[in-house]
Amino acid sequence: MAQDLIRNFSIIAHIDHGKSTLADRILELTHAVSSRDMREQVLDSMDLERERGITIKAQAVRVEWKGHQFNLIDTPGHVDFTYEVSRSLQACEGALLVVDAAQGTQAQTLANAYLAIENNLDIVPVVNKIDLPSADPDAVASEIADLIGDDPEHVLRISAKTGLGVEDVLDAIVERVPPPSGDLDAPARALIFDSSYDQYRGVVAFVRVVDGSFSTREPLRAMALGTRFEAEELGFFSPTRSATGTLEAGEVGYVITGLKDVSRLRVGDTITSERRPAAEPLPGYKDVKPMVFSGLFPTDSDAYPELRDALERLKLNDAALFYEPETSQALGFGFRCGFLGLLHMEIVRERLEREFDLDLIVTAPNVAYRVKPPNGDWKEVHTPSDMPNEVEEVEEPYIKASIIVPKEYVGAVMELNNDRRGNFDHMEYLSEQRVHLTYELPLAEIVLDYYDQLKSRTRGYASFDYDVIGFRPGKLVRVDVLVGGEPVDALSLVIHRDSAYDRGRLLVERLREEIPRQHFDVAIQAAIGARVIARETVKARRKDVLAKCYGGDISRKRKLLEKQKAGKKRMKQVGMVEVPQEAFLAVLNLNDEKKS
Amino acid sequence: MTPGARHLYVHLPFCAHRCGYCDFVTAVGRHSQHASYVDALLSELALERGVLASELDTVFLGGGTPTFTEPRALQRLLASLPPSSEVTVEANPETVTQELARMLRAQGVNRISLGVQSFRPHLLETLDRIVQPDTVRRAFFHLRDAGFDNISFDLIYGIPGQAPHDLDADLADALELGPEHMSCYELEAKPGTRFTHAHGEELERQADSMESYFELVVERLTGSGYRWYETANFCRVSERDLRSRHNLAYWLGRDYLGIGVGAVSTIGGRRWRNTPRLAGYLKSLERGTVPEREIESLSTDVLRRERVMLGLRLDEPLVLGDLARVVDGRAVSRLELLGLVQSDTVRQTLTLTRRGRFLGGGVTADLLS
Repeated sequence: MAQDLIRNFSIIAHIDHGKSTLADRILELTHAVSSRDMREQVLDSMDLERERGITIKAQAVRVEWKGHQFNLIDTPGHVDFTYEVSRSLQACEGALLVVDAAQGTQAQTLANAYLAIENNLDIVPVVNKIDLPSADPDAVASEIADLIGDDPEHVLRISAKTGLGVEDVLDAIVERVPPPSGDLDAPARALIFDSSYDQYRGVVAFVRVVDGSFSTREPLRAMALGTRFEAEELGFFSPTRSATGTLEAGEVGYVITGLKDVSRLRVGDTITSERRPAAEPLPGYKDVKPMVFSGLFPTDSDAYPELRDALERLKLNDAALFYEPETSQALGFGFRCGFLGLLHMEIVRERLEREFDLDLIVTAPNVAYRVKPPNGDWKEVHTPSDMPNEVEEVEEPYIKASIIVPKEYVGAVMELNNDRRGNFDHMEYLSEQRVHLTYELPLAEIVLDYYDQLKSRTRGYASFDYDVIGFRPGKLVRVDVLVGGEPVDALSLVIHRDSAYDRGRLLVERLREEIPRQHFDVAIQAAIGARVIARETVKARRKDVLAKCYGGDISRKRKLLEKQKAGKKRMKQVGMVEVPQEAFLAVLNLNDEKKS
Repeated sequence: MTPGARHLYVHLPFCAHRCGYCDFVTAVGRHSQHASYVDALLSELALERGVLASELDTVFLGGGTPTFTEPRALQRLLASLPPSSEVTVEANPETVTQELARMLRAQGVNRISLGVQSFRPHLLETLDRIVQPDTVRRAFFHLRDAGFDNISFDLIYGIPGQAPHDLDADLADALELGPEHMSCYELEAKPGTRFTHAHGEELERQADSMESYFELVVERLTGSGYRWYETANFCRVSERDLRSRHNLAYWLGRDYLGIGVGAVSTIGGRRWRNTPRLAGYLKSLERGTVPEREIESLSTDVLRRERVMLGLRLDEPLVLGDLARVVDGRAVSRLELLGLVQSDTVRQTLTLTRRGRFLGGGVTADLLS
C-alpha cells in the first residue's frame, strides 16, 4: 500500500484508563471484528491464536478506516519494559495518549508520553470515561494539553465504553498522525519491536518495515547480533493471522524465522536482506542488561533439574531473563537470575511456581554492582557474597524516579526519598492539586520495599515510574551474616556504609525471631569483613522431652516425634544450626520495623 | 504365635471427680457399675488369655483411680488376676485407708504408685485435687504399716502459680518420706481441656521461668540418692532393683496386654486400643465378645523406631543391632560433637548424655533417620 495511506500508532494509557476498551471499539468500528463476534477486550483475549497449534501473540493489529491502513501496535504494560516500550513507539508515527477523566495523568502515562515525544511521535490526546459521574474532562484535558504543549481544545473527549467519540479518534489518526516516509527503493530495513517463541515455528519477530521490502523465503540477517535466517512466512494480524508474500516500507507485520532461541533475535535489532544488505542499522539498539538479581533455589533440593528445565523454557520466550547456576552453602544448588526489574522478577517467579509447579526459595533481590578490586579490573558482581572484601571503587545502578502525587503528600514522598539516598531533581505542578516529582535514586533502594512504602505513605495516591540512568560510585559495604559462627552466603547483603549498622542490627534481630531454639546457644552476627557490627543469641533449649510415655502413649508420642522430625527436615542446615526457610526471607522485610 | 505377653495392664476408669488437667479415660462415680465393670474385665481377660504367657512378670492396675473402685469389686478383681512377681496399683492418697492398704497387701499387691502430685495446698487446689498434704502422709504411713516396701510417688511440676521455692518444698517433703520410687512429670496442659482454658495463658507467661524446673528436679533427686533411670522416673539406689519393672517392659519394647476401657495392647506387631466408651465396652463383654477396637499394624521399621524412641529414655545404653538401620549416622556424629550423645562403636550402643537427656525429644528426632 502507498505509504501516505498508512498510519502506525500505539495507545499510551495507564492501567485501567481504558486502553483495551478503546482498542476493542476501534476493531469493532473498522469491522475487523463483527460486533456479534465481539468479545470483551479483543487485543487481550486474542493474544493466543490456536490455529494449527500455533500460538503467536498478536502484538500489532492491522485494520482499515476510510481507505487507510491502520496498524495498532501494542506496548508492554509495565515499568520494567521501558526499552521494549520505546522500541514499540519507534515503530509508530503517532500515539493516542489516553487519560482517565476522573483520575488524571499517572506517572506511567507521563513516562510513556515523554518516551513518545522523544521518539518524535505525534500525539493525539484523548480524555476517556467522560461519562463517569466523577469525571472532570476539562481539568484533565488542560493537564494533558500542558503536558504535551497542545491546546486543550484539541484534546478529544470520549467514552470508549459507550463508543461516544471513538469515530472522531479514528478520523484524528488520519488527520494528525503523519504517514511513514521510508524509502521504498533503499536496501530493506525493518525494526524488531517484539518477538515471541512458538514451539512449532520458532521465533516470530514483529517488525516495522522502514525502507525497502521483504518477501517470503528471502535470506535475512539481524544486523546487531549477526543472526542469519530465512523469512519462512510474512504477514500481519487483523486480528487473525494472514500471511502475505511481502511486507513493504511503512508496513507492520510479523516474520516467522524458524530460529529456536529468542535471544538470537533481540528487540531493537534491525533486519535486513542478505541479497542487498543495508549499510547502517536503524538507530537505538541497546543490549538490555538485567539490573536486579536474585537467587532461586528449589525448596526440595531434588527439584533442581526441574527448575533448570523450567528456566530454559521461560528463557525461550523472555530474552531479558538471565540465569546462571549458583551454589549456596545454605540453600544448595540453584540459579542466580537477572531481571529487568522487580515486576519482571515477580512475573518470572510466579510463572515458575504456577506453570511449572515449583516450590522456590527466592533470596532477597539485589542490584548489579560494578567493582574495581585494588590493582584489578572492573567487573560486575551479581551476588552480594561475591563482593570482594577489599575494593578500590564500587558503582551501583541509579534510576530516575518519576512520581506523581496529590500536593499534600509531597512532604512524605520527599522524606521517603531522602531516607533512600535520593537526590532531588525536579518538581512541577501538573495541576493545582497534583505534583510531579523526579528524583535520582540508587536502584538498590527501590528493590526492597520502596513501592509499598511510597503507596502507604501517600494513602495509595502516588504513581511511580523509573528508568535506569547508569552506574554511579557508592559507599557500599558487604555485610555478612554468621549463624553459629558460619557465614551464611544467602544472607549477605551489600548496603550503603551509613546504614550498615542499623540494617545489620535489624537483620540479626529478625533472624533471632526466625531461628528456633536449638540444643545449644546460637550466635547470630552481622559483620563487615572481620568486624562484628551486631550480635544476638538464640538461647539453647534447656529441656525438650515428651513428659510421660507408657503403654497407652507410645503411638501418639511416636507421631509427635515424627512431626518434629518432619519439621526439622524442612529446615536448612547451616553448620550445626537448623535454619527455617523463612529466615532467608528475613532480609526482605527489614524496613517494616513495627513487626509485632 | 508369639510366646505370649508377660505384662498385663488393667484399666480402672472410676474417679471421685475429674481433675481439670487429666486426659485419661475416666468415669466419675458410677458405683453401681463397678461390679459389672470388673465382670467385664475378667471376661476380656478370659477372651485374651491365649495371648498371655503362662507366667506373668508384672501386673499394673492404673486409672482413673483404681483405689476408688468399690473395695469388694477391687478385691474380687485382684483375686482373679493371674499371679505375677510385681503387682502395682495406682492409688490416690484420699482413698487409702488402713483397711484398703491391708486388703491390697493381702491380695498380693506389692507395689503402690501414689498420686501425690504436690504437697502445696494452693497447687493441689489448682489441680482440682481434693487432698490435703497431711492426707498424703497418712496414706503413706498406712501403706508402710500394711507392709508395702515399694512405694512410688507421682509428682507434678510446672503447675500454674508454682514458684521455684514451691517445687523445692515439694521435693523436700517427698524426700523426707523417702519413697522407693518417684515419677516426676511436667504438667501437660493439653489443648481443649478445661484446665488449659483456665490456666493456659498463665502457663505461657511462666514458660521461661519454668524451663529450669526439670533440671532442678533431676539435680535434687539424684543428689539425694535416687537414680534417674528414665526421663521422668527415679528410684532409690539400693541393693534391690527398684525400677518399675512393668514400665521398663514398655520402654524395652516388650509385648503387653491391656484390658479395660480405653486400654492399649501391643502384641506381635499389632497394637490395639479398646473403645474409650464405658457403655460400649460393658455391652460387648456382656455378650462375651471383644470390645470395639482401633487396630494399628506396626511395621518392623516402626517397631524399631519406637524401640529407639523408648530405649533412649533410659539411662542404660541402647543396644543398637538391628536398630542401627533407623538411626542416622551423621546425626550421631553431630550430636556427639555437641556432647549430647555417646556412642560405643565396639559394643554398638547409644546413650544420651546428661544434657542429651534433658533434650531427649529433639535429640531422638534428630537421631532417627
